[in-house]
Amino acid sequence: MIRLEGGKVAEIGASVTVPEGAKLIEAQGKYVTAGIIDIHSHLGVYPSPGVQAHSDGNEATSPARPEVWAEHSVWPQDPGFSRALAGGITALHALPGSANLFGGRGVTLKPVYGRSVQEMKFPGAPYSLKMACGENPKRVYGSRNQLPATRMGNIAYARQLWSDAAIYKRRWDDYTKRAEAGSAKPTDAPRRELALDTLMGVLNGEILVQNHCYRADEMANVISMSREFGYKVTAFHHAVESYKIADMLKAEGICSAMWADWYGFKMESYDGIRENIALVNAAGACAIVHSDDENGIQRLNQEAAKAIAAGRRLGLTITPELAWTWLSLNPAKGLGIGDRTGSLEAGKAADVVLWSAEPFSVYARPTHVWIDGALMYDWGDPKRRPTADFELGQPGAGEVK
Amino acid sequence: MKRALLTMALAATPALAAPIAITGATAHTARGEEVIRNATIIIDNGRITAIGAGLAVPAGATVIDAKGQPVTPGIVAVPSDLGLTEVGGVRETNDGSARTSSYSAALDMAAAINPGSLHFAIYRMAGVTRAAAVPDSGNAVFGGQGAVLSLAANGPTVTRPRAFQYVELGEAGARLAGGSRPAAYAQLIDLLDAAKRLAANPAASVGGDDSGSLVKRRDVEALLPVLSGAQSLMVHVERAADILEVLKLKARYPAIRPVLVGAREAWLVAAQIARAGVPVITHSLYDLPDDFEGLAASRNNAGHLQAAGVTVVLGPLGGVGGTTPVNLPGYAGNAVGQGTVPGGKGLTKGQALASITANPARVLGLADTGTLEVGKRADIVLWDGDPLELMSTPVAVWIDGAPQPMTSRQTLLAQRYKALGRTDLPLQYPR
Repeated sequence: MIRLEGGKVAEIGASVTVPEGAKLIEAQGKYVTAGIIDIHSHLGVYPSPGVQAHSDGNEATSPARPEVWAEHSVWPQDPGFSRALAGGITALHALPGSANLFGGRGVTLKPVYGRSVQEMKFPGAPYSLKMACGENPKRVYGSRNQLPATRMGNIAYARQLWSDAAIYKRRWDDYTKRAEAGSAKPTDAPRRELALDTLMGVLNGEILVQNHCYRADEMANVISMSREFGYKVTAFHHAVESYKIADMLKAEGICSAMWADWYGFKMESYDGIRENIALVNAAGACAIVHSDDENGIQRLNQEAAKAIAAGRRLGLTITPELAWTWLSLNPAKGLGIGDRTGSLEAGKAADVVLWSAEPFSVYARPTHVWIDGALMYDWGDPKRRPTADFELGQPGAGEVK
Repeated sequence: MKRALLTMALAATPALAAPIAITGATAHTARGEEVIRNATIIIDNGRITAIGAGLAVPAGATVIDAKGQPVTPGIVAVPSDLGLTEVGGVRETNDGSARTSSYSAALDMAAAINPGSLHFAIYRMAGVTRAAAVPDSGNAVFGGQGAVLSLAANGPTVTRPRAFQYVELGEAGARLAGGSRPAAYAQLIDLLDAAKRLAANPAASVGGDDSGSLVKRRDVEALLPVLSGAQSLMVHVERAADILEVLKLKARYPAIRPVLVGAREAWLVAAQIARAGVPVITHSLYDLPDDFEGLAASRNNAGHLQAAGVTVVLGPLGGVGGTTPVNLPGYAGNAVGQGTVPGGKGLTKGQALASITANPARVLGLADTGTLEVGKRADIVLWDGDPLELMSTPVAVWIDGAPQPMTSRQTLLAQRYKALGRTDLPLQYPR
């Protein structure tokens, strides 16, 4: 039994207090889990329909655009939000794309329609800085005959910017110290450089680095760079080769956000294996199942199921309860909201999914999704199945999707 | 040495291998909802020679005890780029599309099929036994002639070259043809009409051979089997209106056999598709208005089509991230799950299994493939659980009666990196 009250999980156990007037949901034979959190989504920034006019995820006008914020590209009417909700998603991280070494700031959202992105933001969630290594930046800029055209160019460009950011931070730290001591005039304040502001946020530990990186050797290079400039990578995303350095990732305390089985679609994904997630988990490192996809986000539970199966084939022991942390608690921690959501425990947000069957079964579907205790999806109630503005009056409107 | 090679070659020939008896299986035959419990399947000479509950095992047969686990027909993946593409993003490993070729319909995929591709082993381990290598139109609406492949480790790989023709209509076809759907239809009709003239008169002048010719004689010749119905015509369309236009082609070219590919809005015109007897290859997970030709996309598509009497194939089509033949059972399972959602329209388990075995085999014209019944090719998968479940996996695969290896480059990588830590030599040395 679980009691949701005031937007939070009030009590969970074999039996709980049922206050008078409480709404009772009979869940006999069903399964209840913490809501799924997708740490890598482009919902809103690459909304459906995916026409060029909606392509708002890559500010590919310079290898470094840390000044752009994904939230300013988010279209709150992306039909994808409703599909994610129906898949048991209670929070998602909308990121800029990976054309740039520094893609901009990511934002944590709830899949609850609003008229503005501000109404969708997860209150108090920290921003992230999307970074990328490998093929994408060097392809995008190399094809324009500019830096970076190589992997060494990727790192060189990034190091220069981190160096600039360190200077910027020193300038601000110095000014702040003098201002606090009363010895600085307001006009002494350094000019705000929005790009460097974001990097300074990382150096100050306020902004989390979400780093697109496929290959193990490149992750190691990024770790070296982060040590040089004194910042921390929170998670490597896509991370198809994390299994090759899972011990290192554990030692560094860096999460890997991974697909269950994507491989081979580009050279840096050639060594992708289905055992990746399970091997990272087995090494004691932080494993996260992510989507990077408007379809995949609708069934991350199924991606985790495939990863469990692959691990078991390799002889690894993985309990379903542990595997659920790949879907909720670990991504919550990776987004800096692990103290507020990501698991079913008293005091945490009532982000809850009720499933029609064992959630790792291909036949299971969410029947109810609560976000902050509010019932936002009920598969049996058309009034609790949201429709984006875009889909009103279109062919197929009204059909269950 | 010569003698040893000869012995190996003989061993690989199913004709000379001992019969195999799979006993104690739960056989999902892909014939309706049929499930045979305690099934014995006898395989001889590459074919299923007997199947039934508790049959006697012939003397000398190799016995495989299925211990009650399910067996199914091998999975047939249509469409795929198997053998054509090694790494999607590495152009030189990609033979599915020819962006600057002067030819289109004449392009014959069989010439490019690479049985050494690592994907064969990966798909095979997942229970895929046959696939259609389908071109991707590169410079014109016609993409060329696709091939039917066997995934057997010892080959032969290309079992039917030039099995079908591929054409892009809809938004992609419009782009390839110069910018509009009418331009795409002009190209399509231009070539098919030329083929009609050529069929009527082999001496007819139907297009030039120089690079400036709008119509190439070789492309026209390649369309003769499409016109006669000897080859099916896979047509990629999504929008309901585009589907109806394709159905109209049968009035102009009576013998053609279109197969709709993609077809996200097919459910809106399911009755017309059923009446025309046209099969549909779609994905069970399309449910977003990805573009203005798929606004009505719904996971109910397959269920509605099935209910209307259409032959439904679930394929590893694009538009769903990370799509792969490896996940076909899961796509089929999802179509079953869709039926449990209030207002959802799904497939039964039998229909779902058929949508990745019997139906794609039928669409490819493989009359002896796709079901577990006497006389059929022994393409069989033994599973460790419900074949449509995500946590189930094949434990044995037979193709034409030959047991298949269950390793791939992926399993080798996993084994190499399973135990990290200090070793005497780097992991790249054999242990």
